[in-house]
Amino acid sequence: MPSEVVELKGHIIDSLSLPRVLDSILAQGGQFEFEEFTVGKTRSDHSLARIRVEAATREQLENVLAYIEQEGANRVDQQDAVLVSAPKEGVFPEHFYCTTNLPTSIRVNGKWIQVEPIEMDCGIVVENGRASAVAMNHVLPGQQVVVGHEGIYVEPASRREAHGTFEFMNSAVSSEKPKALMVAEAARLIRETKKLGKKVLLVGGPAIVHAGAGEAVAGMIRDGWIDVLFAGNALALHDIESALYGTALGVSIEKGKLAPHGHEHHLRAVNEIRRIGSIAEAVRQGVLTKGIMRECVLKGVPYVLAGSIRDDGPLPDVISDTLEAQDAMRAQLPGLGLALMVATTLHSIATGNILPASVHVLCVDINSAVVTKLSDRGTHQAVGVVTDAALFMQEVAGKLREEQV
Amino acid sequence: MTKFLMCPPTYYEVSYEINPWMDRDHPVDIELAKEQWNRLYETLKSLPNTEIELMEPEKGLPDLVFTANAGVVHSRLFIPSVFKHPERQGESAYFTKWFEDRGYQIKRLRDGYLCEGAGDVLKAKDTWFGGYFYRSAPQALTEVSELIGSEVLPIRLVDDRFYHLDTCLCPVGDTAMYYPRAFDEYSLAVLRNRFPDAIGVTEEEARDFSCNAVVVDKYVVMNNTSKRLCAELASRGYECIEIPLSEFLKAGGSARCLTLRIEE
Repeated sequence: MPSEVVELKGHIIDSLSLPRVLDSILAQGGQFEFEEFTVGKTRSDHSLARIRVEAATREQLENVLAYIEQEGANRVDQQDAVLVSAPKEGVFPEHFYCTTNLPTSIRVNGKWIQVEPIEMDCGIVVENGRASAVAMNHVLPGQQVVVGHEGIYVEPASRREAHGTFEFMNSAVSSEKPKALMVAEAARLIRETKKLGKKVLLVGGPAIVHAGAGEAVAGMIRDGWIDVLFAGNALALHDIESALYGTALGVSIEKGKLAPHGHEHHLRAVNEIRRIGSIAEAVRQGVLTKGIMRECVLKGVPYVLAGSIRDDGPLPDVISDTLEAQDAMRAQLPGLGLALMVATTLHSIATGNILPASVHVLCVDINSAVVTKLSDRGTHQAVGVVTDAALFMQEVAGKLREEQV
Repeated sequence: MTKFLMCPPTYYEVSYEINPWMDRDHPVDIELAKEQWNRLYETLKSLPNTEIELMEPEKGLPDLVFTANAGVVHSRLFIPSVFKHPERQGESAYFTKWFEDRGYQIKRLRDGYLCEGAGDVLKAKDTWFGGYFYRSAPQALTEVSELIGSEVLPIRLVDDRFYHLDTCLCPVGDTAMYYPRAFDEYSLAVLRNRFPDAIGVTEEEARDFSCNAVVVDKYVVMNNTSKRLCAELASRGYECIEIPLSEFLKAGGSARCLTLRIEE
């Protein structure tokens, strides 16, 4: 939201000038937050209030500011953000401003512009009157990069629009929470996100498959609840192995026993897809007849499979250049409203790193450390559910289906 | 000793319209105006321990007669007004020179915010009040408070007929009389709190500029007003001295506007 800082000085308490200004801001549809408040010690001392005024639009903000200026609240002169050229490709200038994932504006030529898109741990590049968060490896020599902290406004996390969802989950991550309620809330959040016309991202780990939720998740994709999938070689390969052989890492998903020569299934599956050329082609040829990846292909749900150093194969669809994989993930971010991070530490953190704070994050893992790690790395909006991810996803899928009928 | 600065209405007229009272179609009867002004002058001069200083009128500055708007006077300090309307801006030089010639320290408002002097900044009981919105800006009042080293409580005016604070609030001893509807709810709450036993003025009395009165000792010098208000003042030990000032009401001013208190 656009905002400006105003200063109200003088005998603003006894004269009720301060409440008048604050009430006026609210009456005009604005919001305020104190940045500084100094109360005069003696009767003749002045008091000083520095107030940040916010409104939904720039125009509304200007109206509020014009109104309260008549009541004595002056705009505080602020400085433009300082811009310095990037010295070489992939290198920011010294003292470059490091972004957060929170909504950020910078002041250029006296005007505030929103940094769009915003991503944490990036620099801010200003080009053609637009500001965007740019990852270090993408900065080009000569690009104008914001340095220092002047002329930058980061909207505090607490001021973000209350979504009304997950309110009860806002306490620290814990396994001591009623699961049925959380399943219902997760289903409701997915439904609300879709209703708002926004996309739901699933970031999944292989445990989804080998713990038995593969079919449930495939069903969610089939029913249109998932719009994007981020995963690694493992989830896709487990899913394909289970489709081709009924096993995950050689263990029968139905019987829970190691299948004869089961350990070979994994490699045979990846070899088969490599032979065919791609997952989509395997679906087209009728080789891949069920599972998460098949539903993605049929439903046209984009997936980004990011490789890692311990991958088997990998599948031909896996992007093994990590920077390239990051960019492929970034390309899917516009329009995202919710990220479900299920049973994967690596991909959850990688996704958390590039998500703006405005995207809701629900992280489901048996290990509470995953959510803690996400938050520690700056994805403060993550809400954690510590439980068996597969069971949770099965129940969420069931809940969504049940409500659909 | 109470001392006032006044300026004879030699060139007084309504030649422009800068407030709801002014109407060029209702011109001033200059002879009557002079007579009314003289009566005010003589009356004030006759009050105990009261002196009047006069300044030279100036052709082309008809409102110079309203000396209350010259600036803010505090002890030997003079803060010249920053007039809103170009029609009155020429007055500043004359007023400032008058105070300069008499050895006053002149301090100007730095930031160019409007302030129309004692018309808006006045002391009641032990507190300074500053009216704002029509002619003065709250930012200027903060600056005035810095210059005089005293608390100045901004008072928000909401009725353009009572565009200066001295048209709707008049200090009377330890209390005040005021027209409540001239202020917004916040300022009214402040005034009620500061003057719990204030004298409320009716709309009609306010239109007669009853609040624009000069109070010296136990005398309240004002334009013709109601019996009720005089009785109310009498019950508090004050004597009403009514002087018809109809010709000055045509320009939106009365007894207090025609005087500037320069010494207590």
